[in-house]
Amino acid sequence: MRSWKRPWLSGLLLISPSLILLGVLVYGLIAWTVNLSMQDRHNARESKGFAGLDNYVNLFTADINDRFTHSLKNLLVFTIVFMVGTLVMGLIWALLLERGARAEGVFRTAYLFPMAVSFVASGVVWRWLMNPGEGDDAGGLNAVFGGLGLDFLQNPWWTDPDWGMAAMAVPAIWQLSGYVMALFLAGFRGIPNELREAAAMDGASNFQLYRRVLFPQLTPTVLSAMIITGHMSMKMFDLIMSVSGAQWITEVPAVYVWQTLLTSDYAKAAAISVFLLVVVAIVVVPYLIHVNRAEKRS
Amino acid sequence: MRFTRQTAVALLAVAALFSATACSSSDDPATAEKDVEVFTWWADGGEKAGLDGLVAQFGTACPDFAFVNGAVAGGAGSNAKSVLASRLQTNDPPSTFQAHAGAELSDYINAGQVEDISAEYTEWGLTSAFPKGLIDNITVDGKIYSVPANIHRANVLWSNKTVLAKAGITADATTLDAFIADLDKLKAKGVATPLALGKDWTQVMLLESVLISDLGADKFTGLWNGSTDWKGADVTAAIEKFKKLLTYSNADRDTYDWTDAEKLIMDGKAAYQLMGDWEAADLDAKGFKDYGYSVFPGNTGTFQWLADAFVLPKGAKNVAGTKCWLKTVGSAEGQKAFNVKKGSIPARTDVSSDGFPAYQQAAMTSWKGDKQVPSCAHGSACSQGLQGAIVSAAGKFSTDGDVAALQNALAAAAAQFAAKK
Repeated sequence: MRSWKRPWLSGLLLISPSLILLGVLVYGLIAWTVNLSMQDRHNARESKGFAGLDNYVNLFTADINDRFTHSLKNLLVFTIVFMVGTLVMGLIWALLLERGARAEGVFRTAYLFPMAVSFVASGVVWRWLMNPGEGDDAGGLNAVFGGLGLDFLQNPWWTDPDWGMAAMAVPAIWQLSGYVMALFLAGFRGIPNELREAAAMDGASNFQLYRRVLFPQLTPTVLSAMIITGHMSMKMFDLIMSVSGAQWITEVPAVYVWQTLLTSDYAKAAAISVFLLVVVAIVVVPYLIHVNRAEKRS
Repeated sequence: MRFTRQTAVALLAVAALFSATACSSSDDPATAEKDVEVFTWWADGGEKAGLDGLVAQFGTACPDFAFVNGAVAGGAGSNAKSVLASRLQTNDPPSTFQAHAGAELSDYINAGQVEDISAEYTEWGLTSAFPKGLIDNITVDGKIYSVPANIHRANVLWSNKTVLAKAGITADATTLDAFIADLDKLKAKGVATPLALGKDWTQVMLLESVLISDLGADKFTGLWNGSTDWKGADVTAAIEKFKKLLTYSNADRDTYDWTDAEKLIMDGKAAYQLMGDWEAADLDAKGFKDYGYSVFPGNTGTFQWLADAFVLPKGAKNVAGTKCWLKTVGSAEGQKAFNVKKGSIPARTDVSSDGFPAYQQAAMTSWKGDKQVPSCAHGSACSQGLQGAIVSAAGKFSTDGDVAALQNALAAAAAQFAAKK
């Protein structure tokens, strides 16, 4: 019974339930999905055998209308606009508040609050705001533009075949900018005051202070913000389903998985899911390693 | 000691977690033999009323059995379908489930999840009660797997009478060219979007109607069984006409569901809409009386049908009960009880049309005399996979209008899913 007293064993036992659950429900199922993605199983029947990487290759070569590459293109547009949008908005808000605005707490909460709303709920509202009708049929924001005499601002929003996904990113920017602002604020607060004082002593202007002293210190914050918004964006599903529903113009891989699954094409759905997982991992894992090393150093 | 106690607590918590999931209610064997669990997505509105009518008839015809409602609401049946898929995979099928009759059933048939009931068709006299065109459409390799409870018609053109009268249109167009001439007239009179249209699947319905007009009923049916070539010049011509029709429709069609397009008709902003005949019940329910209907121009004599049907799942616990349900569904009394309330028409041709609303009486007459063709947008002509591919291709066409790309995609989809059988 001596061994029971060993702290590491008790610790291991304590975390073992979560380890087992994680092992089965996360990593076990990932392995199961990877296996499924390499089967010849395109309907509700049993697999017709091992297909190797065929399902992956077919996504790029044999998909009707290049549907998968189209969904990747949509995702790329969405991700870039979303990431840049949240970074810019978040930084602007953080700069404003960092300057010591009055009632900072109120503004901070106000900006952060959209994050508490679910993508489904905000999607329903934005679906209406981004009504693509123009002129006499205008609704939502287009009607506002029309009422203000700013007709040239009326646009088809997410129904534009090329840049629709940029409009789709607007609700996501609205929701996540406050969060990025909070990250930046924390970043600014983490910079020792001595640095600012030293810069002031050296006669740096305000612009120089931010450009040369503060911004370089924020690199880790920007990286975190990009990783967080980036991986959210790659898995985007609920927002798109509530704004446009599943359809060609706004299809991204996660929506495509759903559509494929509904038609019982299990292997293809699994292949898209695994592809998505790998892409997210390529982004997230190096970051995690980097953070881990940084923590060990400090 | 502290650690061991914590260990015990942790183990206990895990044990509780597992036992909670393992514990499930077991069926009482005495009632299980009586119960007939009917799995549908008919949870409210006219559908629920229709189901209630059918259940009442079931109570009279099958006093030995008890109806158990297994309805799963929401998502126009997609929620129910995913619940059903998981139940079928775990070999826990309901006594019977709702599915679209025709090719959409092929997924279940290929998976060996439903039983052949051709023998019952003969026994119950359904073979002669249903029109031959319907029997041909639902027979797979000489076997029949489902009993249609109702028939809806897909190729109906709805219109706002006032808008038409203002443009001086008095007679229904019977050819596509005449229809396009009417649309031009409406446009000249200031109706910006004479044809109301919704998102992808409603566009597929329109495309199918145009294909029926151009190819005729037999060649159209051939598109779905492989005897008509999707790459033919006649298909190209039909797609060109479909493209022209899109120019008369609302530009924001991809944001519209069919009810949004219906509202354009009700508001007098559009003159026409192609939609299934559930629109009649919906317009009535919304109190809009000023509507007209006709078969889609060029479709005269062709009835594009879709049907909700019930099946006998493999491994159903109460086979006798399921068969009694199916017999009720197929009976003249059952079909009448269901369809009067649901707003559809009986699949049988021997049900009296007394007591049905005006539109349904007209539809029942056409059903008897017309040629029956299936619908892809509603699953009677194509499997779910093929349907998904075609709907996606239509969505793309709505944004780029690339005729050759659409035709290639349709041909590729048909080839891909035919190969997968």
